[in-house]
Amino acid sequence: MDSYFSILFTEVYKILFLLVPVLVSVAMIVWLDRRVWAFVQKRRGPNVVGPFGLFQSLADALKYIFKEIIIPASSNKLVFVLAPVVTMTLALISWAVIPFGEDFVLADINVGILYLFAVSSLGVYGIIMGGWASNSKYPFLGAIRSAAQMVSYEVSIGVIIINVLLCVGSLNLSDIVMAQQNLWFVIPLFPMFVIFFISALAETNRPPFDLPEAEAELVAGYQTEYSGMMYAMFWLGEYANILLMCAMGSILFLGGWLSPIDVFPFNAIPGPFWLIFKVLFLFILFALVKATVPRYRYDQLMKLGWKIFLPFSLFYVVLTSSFLLYFDLLPGK
Amino acid sequence: MIAHSVFFYIFSLIAIVSAVMVTVSKNTVHSVFFLILDFISISCLFIMIGAEFLGMIMLIVYVGAVAVLFLFVVMMLNVAEQKGQWFSSRWDGGTHIPVGLLVSLIIFFELIIVIGGWKYKPDLLNSLSINISNEVTNTRSIGNVLYTDYILLFQISGMILLVAMIGAIVLTYRERAGVKRQSYVKQISRERDEGVDLVEAERNKGVKIDA
Repeated sequence: MDSYFSILFTEVYKILFLLVPVLVSVAMIVWLDRRVWAFVQKRRGPNVVGPFGLFQSLADALKYIFKEIIIPASSNKLVFVLAPVVTMTLALISWAVIPFGEDFVLADINVGILYLFAVSSLGVYGIIMGGWASNSKYPFLGAIRSAAQMVSYEVSIGVIIINVLLCVGSLNLSDIVMAQQNLWFVIPLFPMFVIFFISALAETNRPPFDLPEAEAELVAGYQTEYSGMMYAMFWLGEYANILLMCAMGSILFLGGWLSPIDVFPFNAIPGPFWLIFKVLFLFILFALVKATVPRYRYDQLMKLGWKIFLPFSLFYVVLTSSFLLYFDLLPGK
Repeated sequence: MIAHSVFFYIFSLIAIVSAVMVTVSKNTVHSVFFLILDFISISCLFIMIGAEFLGMIMLIVYVGAVAVLFLFVVMMLNVAEQKGQWFSSRWDGGTHIPVGLLVSLIIFFELIIVIGGWKYKPDLLNSLSINISNEVTNTRSIGNVLYTDYILLFQISGMILLVAMIGAIVLTYRERAGVKRQSYVKQISRERDEGVDLVEAERNKGVKIDA
């Protein structure tokens, strides 16, 4: 019995050691997002609370905690309360498999990439549950839009992942990173990286694909009826998902924790820092896109996903596999 | 091993209870949520017996895609009101109970056959030409047999799915008049002459547009 408890304690310790930094960085990333957005528009952004406004997110969180949680009378109460919980949980459990360095990962499972993909495809439930349980028109329309959008873009993300897996020959995330020691996949698979980035924008409901919460048409989409801490949980979950997509992009294409070139000043920096740099780089791209690109119309969004991305990435699978086969580069031989 | 069996019983309890709740619960949307819970606990059971690939595929395909479509249909069609009527004679089409009984009887006998066949499992495993080893990850071993020994069956099932997909599209597609479609090529290749017309307007007469 003692060994069970010791295992339990070490695991809980490890999980806390992972989750607390993730939550803090989610709060910081919200601040960064708003700052970048403001700089593009020649504003200052949040700069009052703390140095450079760094504590703005903490102040916001405090405000949300002290606000009243309003549960609409005609809502389905249980599902209404569960929805933000589901969003937040799903956004956090996927961090378990992200490798921050060699042997620096909570759960090094064989099917890591499938796990990430599965959890990100479950993310749609929080939104559908919230939209349906609110029992109100705008949230419901937002939820329906979001479900259709996420299901469509998951397909193209899945095909892009197949491209990477063809070059690696393993579903393990550490293996995927180690396969990029000589060449990051962003170079041979550059078109796939671009499509992955755009699909990640759509998958996380970020502008220009933020139709589920398009304020001009749907008020705030599925979040309309939420208030206080429940709204904040949706919001934190959304940003945690964005960070996760950035981490996924840097692991699949930008070599994860590997340094760009294996020479002295670069490889002296520990792996986790490289991963953080890459995640930040991708996140700043996300923020720049938010600040510069106008919102898509819904039919354009669907057209982009099904008629352009899906055929192109399928074609690229054929291209990659035939290239690997012809030059005898297939992994796992 | 204790922890293992505790988790096994927890997951199987959740699976069975939620499967019952799918049929029992009054609200159809709740039924679908219980169905999702059922799928998730079954994929946990798959992972517990070491079939992590199957478990993940179960999550991705059933929970991530199929159940979302279920939810869509249930939410859009408002089946909630009909569900109560299906099992009573108030509904015009008569009750669905005879058909339901027939189907469940067939499924029951199939289950008996399958579970009865389990008795001969050792012989069956010996008669297979596949050698199962614990060193290869199960993703790789599934791939090894799926794309070599069973490639024809794999291709056939793919074709059946394709046919089903095309059939669904053909059945639901209808040509509608007056639908405006956007063509990017047409928009981009538009010249100034097509869009702008210089018209000499007569005084007090005006100009007729779109003759």
